[in-house]
Amino acid sequence: MNLLPEAETLYARLRERLAPDIDRFDALVGIHSGGVWLAERLQRELAPAKALGSIDISFYRDDLAQRGLGRSRVRASHIPFPVQDARILLVDDVLYTGRTVRAAINELFDYGRPARVELAVLVDRGERELPICARYVAHTLPQPLPADERLELARNEAGLFTLRTLRDEPPTTR
Amino acid sequence: MSHPQLDEHGRLQHLLSLDGLPREVLLQILDMAEPFLEVTEREVKKVPLLRGKSVFNLFFENSTRTRTTFEIAAKRLSADVINLNVSTSSTTKGESLLDTIDNLCAMNADMFVVRHASSGAPFLIARHLRERGLEHIHVVNAGDGRYAHPTQGLLDMYTIRHYKKDFSRLTVAIVGDVLHSRVARSEIAALTTLGVGELRVIGPKTLLPVGLEQFGARVFHDLRQGLRDVDVVMMLRLQNERMKGALLPSKEEYHQRFGLTPEKLALAKPDAIVMHPGPLNRGIEIDSAVADGPRSVILPQVTFGIAVRMAVMSLLAGQGAQA
Amino acid sequence: MRVRIRGARLVDPRRRQEELADLLIADGRIVGRGPAPDFHADHTIEAEGLVVCPGLIDTFARLREPGFEYRATLASELKAAVRGGITRVVTPPDTDPPLDEAGLVEMLRFRSEALGLAHVHPVGALTLGLKGERLSEMALLAEVGCVALGQADVPIADSLSLFRAFQYAATFDLPVWLTASDPWLAAAGCAHDGEVAARLGLPGIPACAETIALARLLELARATGVRLHVQHLSSAASLPLLAQAKASGLPVSASVSALHLACSEHDIGHFDTHTHVIPPLRSQADRAALAQAVAEGLIDVIDSNHTPVDDDAKAVPFAESEPGATGLELLLPLTLAWGRERGLDLAAALAPITDHPARLLGQENAGHLGEGAVADLCLFDPEARWQVTPESLASLGKNTPLLGQTVQGRVVATLVAGRPVFSR
Repeated sequence: MNLLPEAETLYARLRERLAPDIDRFDALVGIHSGGVWLAERLQRELAPAKALGSIDISFYRDDLAQRGLGRSRVRASHIPFPVQDARILLVDDVLYTGRTVRAAINELFDYGRPARVELAVLVDRGERELPICARYVAHTLPQPLPADERLELARNEAGLFTLRTLRDEPPTTR
Repeated sequence: MSHPQLDEHGRLQHLLSLDGLPREVLLQILDMAEPFLEVTEREVKKVPLLRGKSVFNLFFENSTRTRTTFEIAAKRLSADVINLNVSTSSTTKGESLLDTIDNLCAMNADMFVVRHASSGAPFLIARHLRERGLEHIHVVNAGDGRYAHPTQGLLDMYTIRHYKKDFSRLTVAIVGDVLHSRVARSEIAALTTLGVGELRVIGPKTLLPVGLEQFGARVFHDLRQGLRDVDVVMMLRLQNERMKGALLPSKEEYHQRFGLTPEKLALAKPDAIVMHPGPLNRGIEIDSAVADGPRSVILPQVTFGIAVRMAVMSLLAGQGAQA
Repeated sequence: MRVRIRGARLVDPRRRQEELADLLIADGRIVGRGPAPDFHADHTIEAEGLVVCPGLIDTFARLREPGFEYRATLASELKAAVRGGITRVVTPPDTDPPLDEAGLVEMLRFRSEALGLAHVHPVGALTLGLKGERLSEMALLAEVGCVALGQADVPIADSLSLFRAFQYAATFDLPVWLTASDPWLAAAGCAHDGEVAARLGLPGIPACAETIALARLLELARATGVRLHVQHLSSAASLPLLAQAKASGLPVSASVSALHLACSEHDIGHFDTHTHVIPPLRSQADRAALAQAVAEGLIDVIDSNHTPVDDDAKAVPFAESEPGATGLELLLPLTLAWGRERGLDLAAALAPITDHPARLLGQENAGHLGEGAVADLCLFDPEARWQVTPESLASLGKNTPLLGQTVQGRVVATLVAGRPVFSR
């Protein structure tokens, strides 16, 4: 049984770990949807002058034929800065198989050749299927979650974060 | 009778027509087109969504323009595109339409984009694929006879929504050769599904089908009257061959009565937009001053068309293997 | 050979009479009815629960020979006919070559008689090659057994040629059987020019393609005195013209196809090529008016308009598909369905496919169950329901919009001149 810490606590920890390094980056890019909320808040609280982007990896998924585009609305990616030679911090809520991050990096490269891409996540739930590693992690689960359990970030009207688990869905690309 | 473009779960299996397409699916496609529009504005205008898929552009009737837009859309989705121009005469003499389809299925096609001179031809192909148990192969109708041109209809709806938002408050006029126009039929079907405020159809009696009122359209034979206070003017292309067969006396008279000039457009609302599916017959159905003028959204239509076709192909490919 | 059919519901459309009795047959003719204990039969057919009616007469069925044997053959289609309870088939002249020579007609009659199934009555070509230009040898054709002269569905565009053909046929009091269709208005179309064709973008055939042609046929009949039969009317607008002509005493009759009493343009659905027929299936209102007109006797006959088409010719886009529907085995169930819809008793419902066509053909000994009538009989179960499938049809033409549907009324046995030619 995994006891999840409060999302707000984790967020504070992630911000703390990032703060000394924030000037190593030119831009923050969040992955839809939890990663975008995290990136927005990190940028606001740590580096309001830095560029902020968002990525929806729906068009880069490797399981379209199995799962389709799904019912949820696909959003446009928004990269309002030159990617060429930029130092980019990619932000997501949960790191799992690594496939989402793979898709996000692929997509970034279609905008240009960044100088460096690093990864920050709130929770690492382990069980990677690709050689991907986050440099900034607020919390690593001590034990794996069941495969049919999905972990994701939610944001309430006040802008506060909570973590929730969802069942009865096939494994996502996380 | 369930519509052959939907599977047993009501999901879109093929895109055959907008006539019979549920409103929520139509809106889903329009919504999906938005992020694809963003893709077409990127430096690398390509996403890997359909990587490894084979899209066959099967044009039994030549149309470089439509074929190209499908080709661009498929390539921007990273699909492999194979273009086949099969002239109708060669198939009637030798191989039948369904023989051609069987052959291409054996080459492991994933999607057929079909243009055919006969109304209903894509339905025949879809039915054949079902009978053959090849339901994982999708059919996109790229125009059949006088019946349907669903991606054109969708891009037109995308365009109207982009500029005008709420369909229920709009008065839309379709002008020209509705009788022979698959574009008009798809537009009428989509506008009706989306609950357009008022639909007008304007043209001479020789170019309008019987019983347009059944579609909820108001029929006008006078362009000036019909254009009064409209929000959207959708022009149709006039084919040259209409001058034969006693449908119209001359291009000149058509232009004089039904051609869109700045002076006639002035009767529409001041912010009315003008659309045309292309290619334009300048000086016949539309004056250059209108086509190139500030109300014209003809070129944005083309851009939106790519995004809409990307959305359609992605939606279909994404529903193939879902059990 | 003496045959007793025991315990059947005898339905005689000519006398509008229904009776539960035995039917007695001797030497191929009906000799009486009733228990008749002193009638010693060589052969007894138990028919309890079945209807016995005169063998059906189909006034328009393409048998596809000569020339179209890849679609159907005399053997296959006459077998289908008797399975459908039909004992007499009138076949139109649009074979290849067309039936414009006495030799062709003789050959057709000889070959069909040899099969020993249903009788075949050819309609000879009115003009050579059905081209509408030169007259055929009408008198000779009649001599070798043509019941009428006609053009199948091929119009004669030139009014002068038509006028002269009528005059010549009238000289010998030969009936002329034609389809009312204006060649120009119908040329480009493949469906009724109405709601469905407008929506589906199918080139339309307006109702006036029929009414204009009908008016022209009727006026030429009036001018020449020819006996005119108009085949398979499709539109309500034709009915007043027909009524007026009949009221004015013109010797004119008309038929409707069973399919046009069952289906409308809406059955086209999503381009079902099986609904591509000539004349086109028209509106619901047309269908209702035609059904009413047959019940009133304005339209005399229901025909099958049997047109076997091979699958390949239907597996193409709608407008390119070959028109026609198979009909021999559906004539009875569709006519019965029409009768139920109109609330008619069986005798009245069967009249347009027995008594009326017998009169049209001048066959006084057919189409009824009176003493002395030829024992051409149809025994059917009026309650039996069956599904129309390619396997359930003996005709080589499997093309019908009714595929997959369930119909009511199934033929159990068919007799020609007292001899069983089919039994289930």
